[in-house]
Amino acid sequence: MNANVNMTKEEYSNYVDSKAKKSPIGKNLVWAFVVGGFICIIGQLITDLFTSWNFSKDDASTICTIILIFLGAFLTALNLYSIIGKHAGAGSIVPITGFSNSVVAPAIEFKTEGYVLGLGANMFKIAGPVLVYGITSSVIVGFIYWIIKLFM
Amino acid sequence: MKIGKQTIKFENTPKILQTSSIVGPKEMQGPLANYFDQHIDDVFNGQDSFEKAERKLMNDCIDHLLAKVPTNNESIDYLFGGDLLNQCITAGYSSRDLGIPFFGLYGACSTFCESLALAASFINAGYAQKVIATTSSHFCSAERQFRMPLEHGNQKSPTAQCTVTASGAAIVVPKDVGTQGPFVTHITPGKVIDMGISDMTNMGAAMAPAAFNTIMTHLQDTGRNANYYDVIATGDLGVLGSEILVDLFNKEGIDLMGIHADCGALIYDHDKQDTHCGGSGCRLHGKCI
Repeated sequence: MNANVNMTKEEYSNYVDSKAKKSPIGKNLVWAFVVGGFICIIGQLITDLFTSWNFSKDDASTICTIILIFLGAFLTALNLYSIIGKHAGAGSIVPITGFSNSVVAPAIEFKTEGYVLGLGANMFKIAGPVLVYGITSSVIVGFIYWIIKLFM
Repeated sequence: MKIGKQTIKFENTPKILQTSSIVGPKEMQGPLANYFDQHIDDVFNGQDSFEKAERKLMNDCIDHLLAKVPTNNESIDYLFGGDLLNQCITAGYSSRDLGIPFFGLYGACSTFCESLALAASFINAGYAQKVIATTSSHFCSAERQFRMPLEHGNQKSPTAQCTVTASGAAIVVPKDVGTQGPFVTHITPGKVIDMGISDMTNMGAAMAPAAFNTIMTHLQDTGRNANYYDVIATGDLGVLGSEILVDLFNKEGIDLMGIHADCGALIYDHDKQDTHCGGSGCRLHGKCI
């Protein structure tokens, strides 16, 4: 009788991988495609609607963004977005509604700890890294663009 | 008295005189519903935060235990308790309300066994006459501390487990008090065994080697076979972790099938309740020796 597990860490890891139930990738992909696509269609409909009401293309897409962000936040507050996300995965995380969800969810969660150190401090817990690296990389790209423009 | 490598034998066999349990709504829908003393229907438990809800859960559990014995908090010598939250706030605030001298413990999933082992040690040594061991966990407060906000729309891995909303307490006394109750005869504190599993959604696989090591050492130290026991219970290995544990024992030529039971795998109905690999958390271990 040996009390130690007779496997190296690598052997154990391979053994666990062979034993663990896999995520249903096929199903997840289809759901992500359908839901992600559906959110894009809604966005397109809103944009087209506002363009048909004689808004400029830029204005129409800004209005569309605002409406989608609102819808994401609204569905999060009703606790429906987490149900959509459970099935859709990246399909509902990647669109802007998912970004809205990732800001509103911690805001709801941490409200009990107060408005400043709770809600205020934790609101960007999930979205924060996206903002930090999104803004940083856009500044870098903008800088490169500016340099290239000087010589063109 | 220490026997073997890491087991302690209690000559005075402390007795678990009475136990008390309280669970949340999801646990009440599970197959063990009939075995719990009390339950709550609302995860907020009438409070304005999940942390306060968990604190009330533990307070109600201990109050119920004191009523069951029956005894009052002044006659309890010590309280061993813990939970999953930062600075053990649940157990800390509960003991403030109770006014019992308090040892705060943090053993995550092992807290209940840890508190029971220490409470039994105190009784065995004659340092106390009545000691309470208690723990609690709450799905919503644990989820917030360790994972994502509840409303966040993410997907969980099939190996993920679900923290139970529950609190449990046991009162430990010397063996000659009362007539009923199981005894604590041996304890075998385990080592931390890390086989390099870094997936935080697969806790069963991370914990199984340590469970194997502890149970195996216990059998060696006591000179017993696995079939000496009717049940060998583990806390929250879950479905996958339990399979791994049974596999590891099979490799050593020991068949645990029919003997091993995992509280995490038992508490929910996995197909219906969407808990993936079962429950986890401090209070899962209502262990009878």
